[in-house]
Amino acid sequence: MARTLAMFTDTSLCIGCRACQVACKQWNELPAEQPEWTGSYQNHATFTDKTYRLVRFMEKPQPNGELAWLLMSDVCKHCAQAGCLDACPTGAIYRTEFGTVNINQDVCNGCRYCVSSCPFGVVSFNHDTGRANKCTFCNDRIHNGLGPACAKTCPTDSIQFGFRDELVPKAQKRVAALKELGYKDAQLYGADSNGPLGGLNAFFLLLDRPAAYALPEKPLLPQRNVKVDSLLAVGSALLVGVGALVAFRERGGATKDGGNA
Amino acid sequence: MSLSRREFFRHAGSAGVGAAVGVATLGLERVEAAATTLRIKEAKVHTSVCPYCSVGCNQLVYSKGDSIIDIEGHPDTPHTLGKLCPKGAATIQLSNNPLRPTKALYRAPGSEKWEEKPIEWMYDQIAKRYYDTREKHFIEQEKDKEGKDVPVNRLEAIASLGSACIDNEECYLLTKFNRAFGIVYHEHQARV
Amino acid sequence: MTTNLIDIQHADVIMCTNNMAENHPVGFQWVMKAKERGAKVIHVDPRFTRTSAVSDVHVPLRSGTNIAFFGGLMSYAIQNNLYFKDYVVSFTNASFLIDPAFKTPTDLGGLFEGLEQTGKGGTDPHVAQTYNKTSWKYQLDAEGNPKRDLTLQDPNCVFQLLKRHYSRYTPEMVERICGIPKAKFVEVAKLYCGTSGREKTGTITYALNLTQHTNGVQNIRALCMLQLLLGNIGRPGGGVTALRGHANVQGATDLEVLYHELPGYLPMPLRDAHPDLKTYLEKETPKGGFWVNRPKFMVSLLKAFYGSSATKDNEFGYQWLPKRASADAYSHQHTFVDMYKGKIKGFFCDGQNPAVGGPNAKLARAAMQKLDWLVVVDIFNTETAEVWKAPGTNPKDVKTEVFFVPAAPAAEKDGSLTNTMRLIQWHEKSVNPPGDVQTDAQFVCTLAHRLQKMYAGSKKDRDKGFLAAGFNYGEKPDHPDMELVLKEVNGFATEEIADKDGKVLYKKGQAIASFAQLTDDGKTASGCWIYTGVINEGPDGKLVNKANAHKPGDEKDYLAHGWGFAWPANRRILYNRASADAAGKPWSEKKKLIWWDPEAPGQTPDKMGKWVGLDVPDFNAFLAPDAKNGDKPFIMRADLVGAFFGPLNDGPFPEHYEPIESPTRNLLSKQQNNPVAKIWSVPDKRNDLAPMGSKDYPYVITTYRLTEHHLSGVMSRYLPMLAELFESHFAEISHELAKELGIVNGDKVTVSTPRGKIVAKAMVTHRLKPFMIDGKTVHEIGVPWHWGYNGIAKGDITNDLSATVADPTVYIQETKAFMCNVKKGEV
Repeated sequence: MARTLAMFTDTSLCIGCRACQVACKQWNELPAEQPEWTGSYQNHATFTDKTYRLVRFMEKPQPNGELAWLLMSDVCKHCAQAGCLDACPTGAIYRTEFGTVNINQDVCNGCRYCVSSCPFGVVSFNHDTGRANKCTFCNDRIHNGLGPACAKTCPTDSIQFGFRDELVPKAQKRVAALKELGYKDAQLYGADSNGPLGGLNAFFLLLDRPAAYALPEKPLLPQRNVKVDSLLAVGSALLVGVGALVAFRERGGATKDGGNA
Repeated sequence: MSLSRREFFRHAGSAGVGAAVGVATLGLERVEAAATTLRIKEAKVHTSVCPYCSVGCNQLVYSKGDSIIDIEGHPDTPHTLGKLCPKGAATIQLSNNPLRPTKALYRAPGSEKWEEKPIEWMYDQIAKRYYDTREKHFIEQEKDKEGKDVPVNRLEAIASLGSACIDNEECYLLTKFNRAFGIVYHEHQARV
Repeated sequence: MTTNLIDIQHADVIMCTNNMAENHPVGFQWVMKAKERGAKVIHVDPRFTRTSAVSDVHVPLRSGTNIAFFGGLMSYAIQNNLYFKDYVVSFTNASFLIDPAFKTPTDLGGLFEGLEQTGKGGTDPHVAQTYNKTSWKYQLDAEGNPKRDLTLQDPNCVFQLLKRHYSRYTPEMVERICGIPKAKFVEVAKLYCGTSGREKTGTITYALNLTQHTNGVQNIRALCMLQLLLGNIGRPGGGVTALRGHANVQGATDLEVLYHELPGYLPMPLRDAHPDLKTYLEKETPKGGFWVNRPKFMVSLLKAFYGSSATKDNEFGYQWLPKRASADAYSHQHTFVDMYKGKIKGFFCDGQNPAVGGPNAKLARAAMQKLDWLVVVDIFNTETAEVWKAPGTNPKDVKTEVFFVPAAPAAEKDGSLTNTMRLIQWHEKSVNPPGDVQTDAQFVCTLAHRLQKMYAGSKKDRDKGFLAAGFNYGEKPDHPDMELVLKEVNGFATEEIADKDGKVLYKKGQAIASFAQLTDDGKTASGCWIYTGVINEGPDGKLVNKANAHKPGDEKDYLAHGWGFAWPANRRILYNRASADAAGKPWSEKKKLIWWDPEAPGQTPDKMGKWVGLDVPDFNAFLAPDAKNGDKPFIMRADLVGAFFGPLNDGPFPEHYEPIESPTRNLLSKQQNNPVAKIWSVPDKRNDLAPMGSKDYPYVITTYRLTEHHLSGVMSRYLPMLAELFESHFAEISHELAKELGIVNGDKVTVSTPRGKIVAKAMVTHRLKPFMIDGKTVHEIGVPWHWGYNGIAKGDITNDLSATVADPTVYIQETKAFMCNVKKGEV
């Protein structure tokens, strides 16, 4: 098993240029979609089956009269405990040797359990293909020694790609430096592998509470927060739960920082 | 330009990762073959410069035959380090774009539509307009402020505009052409 | 720009006056790197933008008041003794004495000495006033050198005049005019003036935010003067960071696709001032500074244009060049006014979209609809090409013939582009253009060849120059070899050139290595002297294209001299002699760039001493600091020093005037507007202006670009990946104004001016705030100008709102500050 790869998005460096969003579309040959009025520069309002990278723009007036414009490039978190992977009844969703979570398009049957299981609203259903889609960390690139298109293009290195066991300490140092500069709410989101969902392989440095970035404060696996409403669903959930457990045991090494199992 | 295998890995997005994972073999049977096949691996590579703003980000243009298949930042570029903004990252759609006309078009006076025309016809017609307008409106001499006739060799009936989007060599050729032809309304975006 | 993007990382403070993060995101990484190293970033902008979001301080300032702000900073530096005195005394004209008859606006109610009513001027009767400038000059000693007072105490010395001029620009006055609260202004003044002195440097970035005003050139001068005052020019982490808008604005300017100049910044001849080459060269060649070489550059240019037909006997073809009737003619705005009046019959438009992109675009479209013929060369079918389909137009009424020739983007052709830091970089053709797509070079050469065939055999004088001009480069005439074009731009020997001992320096046709070797006798040709050196050629004829050099930078060469070629002579930071003190020692170890090494081998074996360091000296490399003029870094100026007292048409010092359309009287003086600004009279009420304080047009409007779009949108609105990033055209409106007008986010609003109106969606935001101007609330709105009626993303044309008015030195438009009304809904 290879070392776990990760994406560290440092929002303190983000200039909201959306190069990542376009580079992702370009590399992954994702078609453009009809934009919608979101009230800000953000487009689209949510992740879609054709938009895997999404830059969020949030205005937040400060108590001192100044303004904070929180800019953040959001992406699939490739969670160590991935709700989508757990929910997938066909085994189409799998974990790669780099710790990333992918959807095998040949196996996906379009049931959309993964869509509702993602605590971050990342996984999207593609009505053209009848399959679920999401970011793969540019699977073809990372298997060929190239970084993901978004990280490669990011003008200010807000998106950094590398080995998780190297990125996490770097991120921790950056938080400390920012706190010293007076950013008292600077914090990491998803860096801790003992934290929610076993840590996120795309983790973030935030300058405010997660909620300010439209992120769940404490992301939970859907099995714990989705109301089960039919016997069939209960059955599926049980089955999925067992599958997930097995899967997690099999691939647990990949989710631990620096693990080389 | 062609990239050796070693150079190819130098173009990984992050330092160090390329060498470490570049040759990783696939461990999972379920991984789709398509998902790990790199489409630019067998492509030709040329260096280019981003045509949008003035930072001058160098690009690597990957092509197969006469099709461009990918455009990315050139990581060696000292002032950009291989980065691109969203416009730079979208450069490929200047070439591969369904809205892009590839035939010359003519619109007759008062017409409501374009007509496709052979390029040779266009050159003939445009040259004729230039010639006729110059013949009719050229100002050879003019009185100076003392009332004396002096040569001015000027053509004010044709104006030329653009461009900051064309190459230095093209700007030079256009300047040389316009000035040699007598054109004085000679401008580009630097003024606006 | 005088500096280099890479070098921004060495700044201690960066003051962005433009929106650099949005418009030059990749260049902005160096600002972020400086910030990570502890630098402070100030953003001065009416709007809170993506640049503000990552800056330490955002300073909102009312559009059109930058001179008041810069003047306030200069005054703060002088009053608080924060200027860099050693630098100012040694390297600028601060100590020079000015004619006692000269008076500044402090004493003349907002005017400089010498304003004259001209009644009729130039080609347009609307220019009513000019300055005669007779008193705007140095006092000279018996030998003709400027008198100086190195103590800077003489009341007529430039420094004292400067001090007196800006004494009115107090923090209180800045607050009243700009709307910047005094405390914030003082905070920023302290921070930025902290870059003064030996150990610290700062850079200021600008773009069209400063230029597009009726005092645009003075805005830039004010910025430069502040940098001189703090000793920031020519030093690492300092300089003027000028950020051009297009990939080749710099190159198109160097090659002079501009009415008023010839390639390499040589003036375009005027009928009355320049009747022959001798007079031209006498008038345009100064007595001092590097421009003493102008005759070499001009003659070499004529040789490049007219080849062997240019001889000493025919003034090298000088008379074939068109002569301008007036200095006040032929600019972009003159073009469309004259086109509207019917003077222009045919129009060639290449890679530009004036139907959307220029000021008063509605006038531009109406003007183009009056043409006999129009040729558009572009990648996409632009609004200009389809001007006969413009909204409100019946195509049947437009008698203009239109020829559209599809063009190729950079990736489909060979050629070079010059970036914002004067760096010439080559791009390779990766694929053949599809179908009948033409490169621009192919178009120009093919058209020239056809026309030369039509004129072949003409014995008329007027046709001789055109027939003499060569358009053949390589084996295929209509497909020029672009390296050979660049070689002509670079320069070559027109005959064998030998030194005085008879040793052959250049074979006939060989590329010249340095502009120092160009001559005024016709033995060299060069299409643009500042580019000389970009092509090298050995005696074997092998060309080395330095624009195509790809050696990355490293620790020893952070400026990466092996990557591309920066004009002039591969110098990466201009005026870098100023990085060392008068004696040639670096001002500080931390901020060293070049310095005099007395131990280094000199120019000849018997001499010692040379300028050495991290950059190619922008100076005579062997001129010792203690030699005559060895302490004067500003080599392009006749007096070799940085100019606080300068040469523009609207005054030797920048003075604050209100934009032509403004919400307030000028609080600084009784002179409301730039007294010599250009205002065109256009028939049919096509250039009406809102009077000062108009109730019909009560809001300030500023126009701008977004990261995701490019200028008039031809290279972005037509691209699906970019078109999808904004839902529609929008106007940014503060919550305060929205509340007053009952507008909520997403409502359609109508924005109108006396020239036109547009409908857009309201983006109600905290990023705009009303200004307090002299105790009154002034609202400002912001509207991007990317949209038009073609492409994927469509919308109304923002430039329909702007006016045909200009700065008096270069005739640039005023689209960053004018007045509008805003109403809810489509009205």
